[in-house]
Amino acid sequence: MDKLETVIGLEVHAQLLTRSKMFCGCSTAFGAAPNSQTCPVCQGMPGVLPVINRSAVELGIRTALALGCRINEHNRFARKHYYYPDMPKNYQISQYEEPLAEHGVLAIEVGGTPRAIGIQRVHLEEDVGKLVHEGALETAPSSTVDFNRAGVPLMEIVSKPELRSPEEAAGYLRALRTILLYLGVCDGNMEEGSLRCDANISLRPPGSQEYGVKVEIKNMNSFRNVQHALEHEVRRQGNALGAGEQVVQETRLWDPERGRTVSMRSKEYAHDYRYFPEPDLPPLRVAAAWVEAIRAGLPELPAARRQRFAATYGLSAYDADLLTQGRALADYFEAAVQAQGRPKAVANWVLNELLRELPADDDRAVAACPIPPQNLAGLLRLIDDGAISGKMAKDVFETMFRSGQDAPSIVAREGLTQVADAGELSRVVDQVLAANPKVVEDWRSGKKAALGFLVGQVMKATQGRANPGLVNRLLGEKLPTG
Amino acid sequence: MLTRLTIEELGARFRRGEATPSQAAAAYLERIAALDGRVKAYLTVTRDTALGQAAAADARLAAGRPLSPLDGVPVAVKDLLCTRGIRTTCGSRILETFVPPYDATVVARLRAAGAVLLGKLNMDEFAMGSSTEHSAFFPTRNPWDLGRVPGGSSGGSAAAAAGDLAAATLGSDTGGSIRQPAAFCGAVGLKPTYGRVSRYGLVAFASSLDQIGPFAKTVADAALVLGVIAGADRRDSTSVDVPVPDYRAALAGGVEGLRVGIPAEYFIEGLDPEVEAAVQTAIAVLRGLGAKTEGVSLPHTRYGLPAYYLIAPAEASSNLARYDGVKYGLRAPGGRHLVEMYGRTRAAGFGAEVKRRILLGAYALSAGYYDAYYGKAQRVRTLIRRDFQQAFERVDVLAAPTTPGVAFRLGEKTDPLQMYLNDILTIPVNLAGLPGVSVPAGFTQAGLPIGLQLIGRPYDEATVLRAAHAYQQATEWHRRKPPLDPAPR
Ligand SMILES: [Zn+2]
Repeated sequence: MDKLETVIGLEVHAQLLTRSKMFCGCSTAFGAAPNSQTCPVCQGMPGVLPVINRSAVELGIRTALALGCRINEHNRFARKHYYYPDMPKNYQISQYEEPLAEHGVLAIEVGGTPRAIGIQRVHLEEDVGKLVHEGALETAPSSTVDFNRAGVPLMEIVSKPELRSPEEAAGYLRALRTILLYLGVCDGNMEEGSLRCDANISLRPPGSQEYGVKVEIKNMNSFRNVQHALEHEVRRQGNALGAGEQVVQETRLWDPERGRTVSMRSKEYAHDYRYFPEPDLPPLRVAAAWVEAIRAGLPELPAARRQRFAATYGLSAYDADLLTQGRALADYFEAAVQAQGRPKAVANWVLNELLRELPADDDRAVAACPIPPQNLAGLLRLIDDGAISGKMAKDVFETMFRSGQDAPSIVAREGLTQVADAGELSRVVDQVLAANPKVVEDWRSGKKAALGFLVGQVMKATQGRANPGLVNRLLGEKLPTG
Repeated sequence: MLTRLTIEELGARFRRGEATPSQAAAAYLERIAALDGRVKAYLTVTRDTALGQAAAADARLAAGRPLSPLDGVPVAVKDLLCTRGIRTTCGSRILETFVPPYDATVVARLRAAGAVLLGKLNMDEFAMGSSTEHSAFFPTRNPWDLGRVPGGSSGGSAAAAAGDLAAATLGSDTGGSIRQPAAFCGAVGLKPTYGRVSRYGLVAFASSLDQIGPFAKTVADAALVLGVIAGADRRDSTSVDVPVPDYRAALAGGVEGLRVGIPAEYFIEGLDPEVEAAVQTAIAVLRGLGAKTEGVSLPHTRYGLPAYYLIAPAEASSNLARYDGVKYGLRAPGGRHLVEMYGRTRAAGFGAEVKRRILLGAYALSAGYYDAYYGKAQRVRTLIRRDFQQAFERVDVLAAPTTPGVAFRLGEKTDPLQMYLNDILTIPVNLAGLPGVSVPAGFTQAGLPIGLQLIGRPYDEATVLRAAHAYQQATEWHRRKPPLDPAPR
């Protein structure tokens, strides 16, 4: 059934990096004791009223502008009704008919092919609380509710159904996450739930303008999950259609353990959300001047930065791409280049050594890197000056990463300075030659590999501190020609 | 007798040292103990709170440092205004045990002004009703005739103000729930402009219509209370930052040259002839005082009631969704699973009128019916608002009856639609968000009070109060007291 076309749309929920909740002053910090970050407003107690968090609106506008959306000057909140014990009011304040922004686009590149995916809308809403069951849900003797999350500001970014493969969906999600990180609007942490993704997926004959029956998939908390869940669903729906069956319109959950989606509820029982405009909040007017001020404060976005890195620093497209995956990493790279001056050398060290220790797209980890960019620059300067060899530098780097100390102090403390004194090295070379007459003979008789052994012996005798260039030159001078 | 005095008179005695807030509080508490068993205006009497606040007021007044004209004045509030540490039931079983950890903004402002809280007043459950027979606990009775209703939903607040069971009270008005019971009980009842008074801590019935306002013995007292509770509140985004004038000072000046509009559509078929006659007389009094009266038309008035009975239940069905037995208040036992627990709790916790409106509202909002019902009602609302705007281009204030009839007997109106008609003359004002007041304007031959309704431009409570005050200065109706007092010993 591979002749069917896959149609995917993603709904991404991003928790906004505000200090306080969407409609009250409670803290949004993660991991606090249950219900310690709540007040009558976010608990939805009788008589209380919401007040819009201006900072959340600003972060939403920031995102919408970065995605090229049109900001709706007049937008408003609505109530979305459904009953669930973790919902304090049994309605969620969200945006419906008049969202914050609409009609944007996100440029992605999958398998070398650039694609522009339409963004339908960006809107704001409040999160709900969390149910905590004692043991398994079915047998739990009791369940409790933690409302710490209730009222946390969420931004929902809805793509148009323009993604054509699970791979594209994963690429879209990755690109979107990078932009959110660059904008500083969301920490992008999928495990902690600050970035969540639901997908709508259907199949149709190629060239068809009609959409097939769509299935919604929830509960995908990593890029891998998204791709695997969608791949599974393409197969499942393809098999069903191939066998002449109907795909049922429903919501399915991804079960990563078993690697398959399972039916959650049939759309026959889908909720009628009974949306209506939130009467407790006047319409939100977004003044053009406000939008322009936010636009003026937008940072350089990943695509622009990638191009600039390639052009200004002479990096390959691949390296530029890796270095701009996270804003913190790109900032780190640029700071080290500023301090040291050789972009390619810095890029090599960041890509080969630093990224062995840190994920490129985890801004929090990169920002907390025990080697500040100035210290990496300091290490590279020691190499440039010939004080240590590149090989020694790798050991120093490891020590720097573990201890947080700078390169000069580690080198000084461990007596690691390179032996670049020709007189001193000359004596060592003489000793090595004298101690290995058999190897010298091999070399003379044409076994060129013998040279490597002799270099190694010199290095061993100097505990790796000998300047390799100098060792090679001295050996060249001292070995008998034959 | 301290309980007969207006706020102004009581304050004057405090300042002259002829009485203390503690004496006033004690007098009211004594009167409540003696009479409220018959009127049943109070759901909760906060005796200790009152005596404590009164003692603090004694000290301030003795030191010559009153906080406001309300300092030491005994008041009471409708039981849908949240009071920190004092149960707030909304007249419903589902909130019977609810003790809010916060004060409504108006309650906080009363406290800050030094007012003394006597207690919480009975009401139709969640403010749905026109008679206070729909309280889950007991009906309140009209102080003029204990066999009759006080009106609703702020029946407890109206009866307490009229029966001298508090110097002033607060109620809420969603479709007439201050003005209609004020008319039935012979009190002054003021519904301010939507947005004039913070709704924070008012347990919502219909958010876009609800407004808090005072009941008082005189217009001047209502002006004093409004001055204390009005003004923008950061916790209510729908409250509006329009300067709050000195309402007491604004009463002076009379009605000479004031243009008073008489809306033809408010003198409907079915209007009680005694009510009509009294209101016409009242209009003549205003004319006699120098006001210029002229007929105006509010052509969409007849659509107000149906639009209201879509919008208010729709919002109510949403606002009342939070009462589910999970977090506070009643939880009915025996449910085997969540949905059954919800069902049992709401079945046991809500009365018939509330259930009726939740069902109506949920239906009006449901997909496929939204445009036909809720959407259309909102468009009607715009037309009604426009009617008023056009009228106020020609006149400064509108004068009309508050209610089509006078207080009816308990249990007399069993058909909900008949009951809803009580609010037909007050509802359009809520749909348009305007200020309106009901002042005593006469009595039927049977001795039941009649109300005159004055309606003003948005945020122009000052003009409404000035006209009402001028009328009151020229008449004696508000001085009559209901025949409640125990026979002299
Ligand atoms: Zn809160």
